[in-house]
Amino acid sequence: MKIVGKGIGKIDGMAIATGKPVYTDDLVMANALVIKLLRSPHAFAKIIAIDITKAEKIPGVACILTYKDVPNVRFTVAGQSYPEPSPYDRLILEKIVRYVGDEVAIIAAVDERAAIKAMKLIKVEYEVYEPVLDFETAKGHASVVHPETDLHCNFDIGMKQQLNVTSSQYLEVGNVEEELKACAVVVEDTNYIQAQAHCMMETYRAFSYLDHAGRLVVVSSTQIPFHVRRKLARSLEIPSSKVRVIKPRIGGGFGGKQTVVMEFFTALVTLKTGKPAKLIYDREETFSCSNSRHAMRLKVRIGADTDGYIRAIDIQGLSDTGAYGEHASTVFMVVGQKTLPLYNKTNAVRFMGDVVYTNKMPGGAFRGYGATQGTFGLEAAINKLADKLNMDPTELRLKNLIKAGESSLISQGKLLGSSTLHQCIEKGKELIGWAEKYPKPVVIGNKVRAVGMAVTMQGSGIANIDTASAEVRLNDDGNYTLLIGSTDMGTGSDTILAQMAAEILETDVEKIIVNASDTDVSPYDPGSYASSTTYVTGMAVVKAAEELRQKIIEKGAAFLEVLATEVEFDGKVVRTLTGEKELSLEKLAERMVLGLGKLQLVGNGTYGSPVSPPPYVAGFAEVEVDTDTGKVSLIDYVAVVDCGTVINPNLARIQVEGGIVQGIGMALYEDVRYGEKGKLHTNNFMQYKIPCRKDIGRIRVVFEESFEPTGPFGAKSVGEVVTNTPAPAIVHAVYNAVGVRINRLPITPEKVFLGLQYKK
Amino acid sequence: MEIEVILNHKPVTLTAEKDEFLADVLRRHGLLSIRKGCNTACCGLCTVWLEGKPTLSCNILAIRATGKEIITIEGIAEEADEFANILVAEGAEQCGFCSPGFIMTVIAMKKELENPSEAEIVHYLTGNLCRCTGYMGQLRAVKTYLEVK
Repeated sequence: MKIVGKGIGKIDGMAIATGKPVYTDDLVMANALVIKLLRSPHAFAKIIAIDITKAEKIPGVACILTYKDVPNVRFTVAGQSYPEPSPYDRLILEKIVRYVGDEVAIIAAVDERAAIKAMKLIKVEYEVYEPVLDFETAKGHASVVHPETDLHCNFDIGMKQQLNVTSSQYLEVGNVEEELKACAVVVEDTNYIQAQAHCMMETYRAFSYLDHAGRLVVVSSTQIPFHVRRKLARSLEIPSSKVRVIKPRIGGGFGGKQTVVMEFFTALVTLKTGKPAKLIYDREETFSCSNSRHAMRLKVRIGADTDGYIRAIDIQGLSDTGAYGEHASTVFMVVGQKTLPLYNKTNAVRFMGDVVYTNKMPGGAFRGYGATQGTFGLEAAINKLADKLNMDPTELRLKNLIKAGESSLISQGKLLGSSTLHQCIEKGKELIGWAEKYPKPVVIGNKVRAVGMAVTMQGSGIANIDTASAEVRLNDDGNYTLLIGSTDMGTGSDTILAQMAAEILETDVEKIIVNASDTDVSPYDPGSYASSTTYVTGMAVVKAAEELRQKIIEKGAAFLEVLATEVEFDGKVVRTLTGEKELSLEKLAERMVLGLGKLQLVGNGTYGSPVSPPPYVAGFAEVEVDTDTGKVSLIDYVAVVDCGTVINPNLARIQVEGGIVQGIGMALYEDVRYGEKGKLHTNNFMQYKIPCRKDIGRIRVVFEESFEPTGPFGAKSVGEVVTNTPAPAIVHAVYNAVGVRINRLPITPEKVFLGLQYKK
Repeated sequence: MEIEVILNHKPVTLTAEKDEFLADVLRRHGLLSIRKGCNTACCGLCTVWLEGKPTLSCNILAIRATGKEIITIEGIAEEADEFANILVAEGAEQCGFCSPGFIMTVIAMKKELENPSEAEIVHYLTGNLCRCTGYMGQLRAVKTYLEVK
């Protein structure tokens, strides 16, 4: 392969690196109204009265909108294909407010000063209710977070509104309780995962305006333009044909922007006033009024026989979806779905539990999407099992993990197409120095060093649901335009998709113009989430490029007056196999568009996969624990990755390193704290610490490529899987160092210190 | 009020409110490389050079720049491109949103430190947060740029 597998720079790299005006806020027209949102100070309350008369008199105020001004149509903000499995439990603004920060009023004015001044003059009278703040007591709580009668679910997700249960799930294959009884060794471990914040550097933002045809145009920093269009149409009661959504360059997403956080507000203001309007969330709003990872409690029980074969796995979960149920059931489902297939020597497995409503910021999609939580719960328990079996945890895994060509109890008979996970473990052991460093810690004074490990899987796209289309067009000048609807959020997907098209058309990436993420222009794509773009959109691009290639050959042959089987195409020229006659691509393009051909050549591809091939990571951590203070320093992290064929090694490596560091943040630093009345205290970078350069030690990434038979050029996904191993591997390393098993993330010095005291 | 500054090598009169921060005034002046990521002086996205020193423009009132020299990435396009090329070749710009501020700090470091060690590099750049890359690729790019082996 000439272009696939090359670490070329991103096609937009120089523009975004040097600050060119290509992001949402850089594109706003000068006269746009500025929007501010008045938010609830209460975790749970009903608006009794709202008085905007004084606020409206502030010069420059264009409109102030309250719950009285929005359509009474419930919807979900979850960016999922229709019909969404998330409950329709929201209105744009509502009389009931369900968390501190829930929107109460929209204020639009000519500038920010006027909007803020007006916001302060809005008088709201609340009837304050007892909020549900502890997710472990939410079920059956006296307060019902969603008492409304018009809440709607597209599917039976086990919603029990009166009990604050958003979704209830039960999946069992075999008889877990019986199997556990028969096991020689059983371990149980309960772990808590916090509501990690995405902290993409570009906060949520959008602007909207009416175009020359009076249609609503929304430019948004989103991962899901087509879902945004559909949801705006529903929630604003306007035809979808009157809405256009454009995604420019965006400053990170990590799943946060797989939820329609705020486009409704700008759209509503533009529709009400006819004027352009913009809304930019500041960092505090982004922390406390958008979405986060779902906080969970996972109780895991694992049973094994005396030979160390794992025979039963039971995962009982409780997930906190906060005030609204976007992604509630699906994130929870993935906890089981992306963990239970790993250890396939089992006779019985079970995943069960509830997702509950509370009066806190909603959970949402976050890189890993439940697999992160599931991996932490399962791998912590696996490490505990190794301990109890007195077995090397790497050996335990090598013995029990699924291999290519095998199936698992929950795989419904489907065989695993590709995996190098066993090689990943061997390679990782070698790189971290496992043989020398495990299990004996090295003690130097008050510093103790040890290693730990974990493995994980994810998927590549959502099987049988998400389907993407792509189009490649041969232009009049012999260049190509690649049209896609996926949403590069900095990952470089526009670039790697162009690499795939270029590979098939045997041309240079420079000859391919990429046009993406505009609902008026792009072929349909659900958006970039669920680790789908390389795999699902990639296959659509491959099909489109192959179709176009075939058309070039056919039309070229026709012009050369021979059969299609009598010519070859090398990317530049269509030539007869005998070498007698040839036609350049440029000439062919020109003739097709302008002259005799009268048919612009276009290749189309649509792809949705019946399987979601898992990428794998084996992660190894070496930590140093200060026994005087409990502080854990990460010394070294080794991640060995099977993402199938690596399409662009440089971009893939950065994806891995970035995901690992986000996982390190979750493991060691990113603490989420709420006040007694439900206010999020960790709502800025002073209170909520994401890793900086000094916090991460050394990170080493190695790819152990497999070849996924269903993927483009053998590729699988890489974006999400990489964030899952740090938390369980680091917890394991800390345990191996000082014997303190942390069950509640993050691993703060206080927790380790207290653990050490308790041990004494 | 009006503030006289030397902005990207040229004398310029900026219009600003008394309580306005430099970052907002510069953006309004059309320098759209200036981004704000935090409001708490933690992230480094808004870094410009004030009198040659990397400074958080979101954390300094515009009026304090009166009579001073301000350089944004637009003012050192050639130098910025030189490092940006290396950064992009490494793939370490990712979403790019933090890159202008990061590049301003890297180039300032190159001018300030002679043959810095890895620890000195990390220390100098530690005020520039990045959520995408995990920093390792940025470090590789910086080392290539400084030709530190």
